Amino acid sequence: MSDEEDDIILSELDDEELVLQMHDDLYDGLKEEIEEGTNILLERGWEPYRVLTEALVGGMTIVGKDFRDGILFVPEVLLAANAMKAGMAILKPLLAETGAPTIGKMVIGTVKGDIHDIGQNLVTMMMEGAGFEVLNIGINNPVENYLEAMDDFQPDILGMSALLTTTMPYMKVVIDTMVEKGIRDDYIVLVGGAPLNEEFGKAIGADGYCRDAAVAVEMAKEMMARKHNQMAAG
Amino acid sequence: METELPSDTRLTDDGLAPSGEGRVLVLACGALAREILAIVRQFTHIDLQCLPAILHNHPERIVPAVREAVARSANYDRIFLAYADCGTGGLLEKAAEELGLEMLPGPHCYAFFEGTEIFVERTEDEFTAFYMTDFLARQFDAFVWEPLGLDRHPELRDSYFGHYETLVYQAQTDDPQLTAKAEECAHRLGLAFERRFTGYGDLETSLVSFAKATT
Repeated sequence: MSDEEDDIILSELDDEELVLQMHDDLYDGLKEEIEEGTNILLERGWEPYRVLTEALVGGMTIVGKDFRDGILFVPEVLLAANAMKAGMAILKPLLAETGAPTIGKMVIGTVKGDIHDIGQNLVTMMMEGAGFEVLNIGINNPVENYLEAMDDFQPDILGMSALLTTTMPYMKVVIDTMVEKGIRDDYIVLVGGAPLNEEFGKAIGADGYCRDAAVAVEMAKEMMARKHNQMAAG
Repeated sequence: METELPSDTRLTDDGLAPSGEGRVLVLACGALAREILAIVRQFTHIDLQCLPAILHNHPERIVPAVREAVARSANYDRIFLAYADCGTGGLLEKAAEELGLEMLPGPHCYAFFEGTEIFVERTEDEFTAFYMTDFLARQFDAFVWEPLGLDRHPELRDSYFGHYETLVYQAQTDDPQLTAKAEECAHRLGLAFERRFTGYGDLETSLVSFAKATT
């Protein structure tokens, strides 16, 4: 996106220019520049939450849109995500200290027999960026792991991910177990992964199928708002 | 059938056009062209058309491509779809049903080469295996290395393959050079290597049965 990286001294940019430059740097997957930009904004007195939303999430949203439009591909998204992760690593402890707003909690994990976590890691990061508290339980999760995590963490949302045609049916095993235990309606269940589609999501009884991380965030926010409205009305 | 095999690069990007000879059509993934030709060569009533093999990396494009190819193949008595689910999440099977096509069972070519039943059973304990067929070993750069950006960003390797342990090379043929190539692929991905001779597996039994039934 920017060819003149070497000539730009981040600390000499004003806030607005720096944020735009950080969007460019995220787009280009420049981890060190993102760390530097994050530190500069913090030194200038920006609240960690503002750095997160305006500089990092703002930049990653552009990456997400271009991925959806077929302009960027998985390697570029991965590099951008790694850069954002580096910025998040600086912000996370500060966010905890400053009590950033939390709009909901989520447990997310890849299902049993599946070791692919690029998508769910991306969702985790974007959800955290959007103000969710996320417990990522990693890969190859049997139903017991989900149940235990839900019990311990008390999330609003359960997210399940699968990359393989052979493993995606396991999501139904988890949902059916939740039904059996009478806890299905206590959670919003979102599912995602390359071979999934909306129809599959409906067929297994999920609340939503998320085709990418940005959709997951939007859907999670919308469903949380609906949940709050229902609670307020009830 | 007397179709000549195009290069792997052509099969990857363009596929294989039907010869127009033969009453029944096998509509296949370009990655299977060599194997299918070897299996059905003696059946003169079969024509072969392959869609670009690179659709393997874009499963969402498989169903539309199949529908388009079938729409152009009205002159055949029957069509056999030489695809498994191939990452379409059941959509290809639905389309095949709707179009009245027979197709291969199972999730992927990895399954039917090894024998779908055995493969599915085995994957329950073998989910840290990265599978590779003869075609994918020959086309490793075009299908794995470059699309994943590892030619430009080798540092991403462990983001993709960090949880894998072994590259299982399912050999359709006995080819020491190809075995060496597959082993080199495993090394590049940082994985242990295992060679498993499969031959043509369920692909052969399904196609021969289809060929005989349509003779």
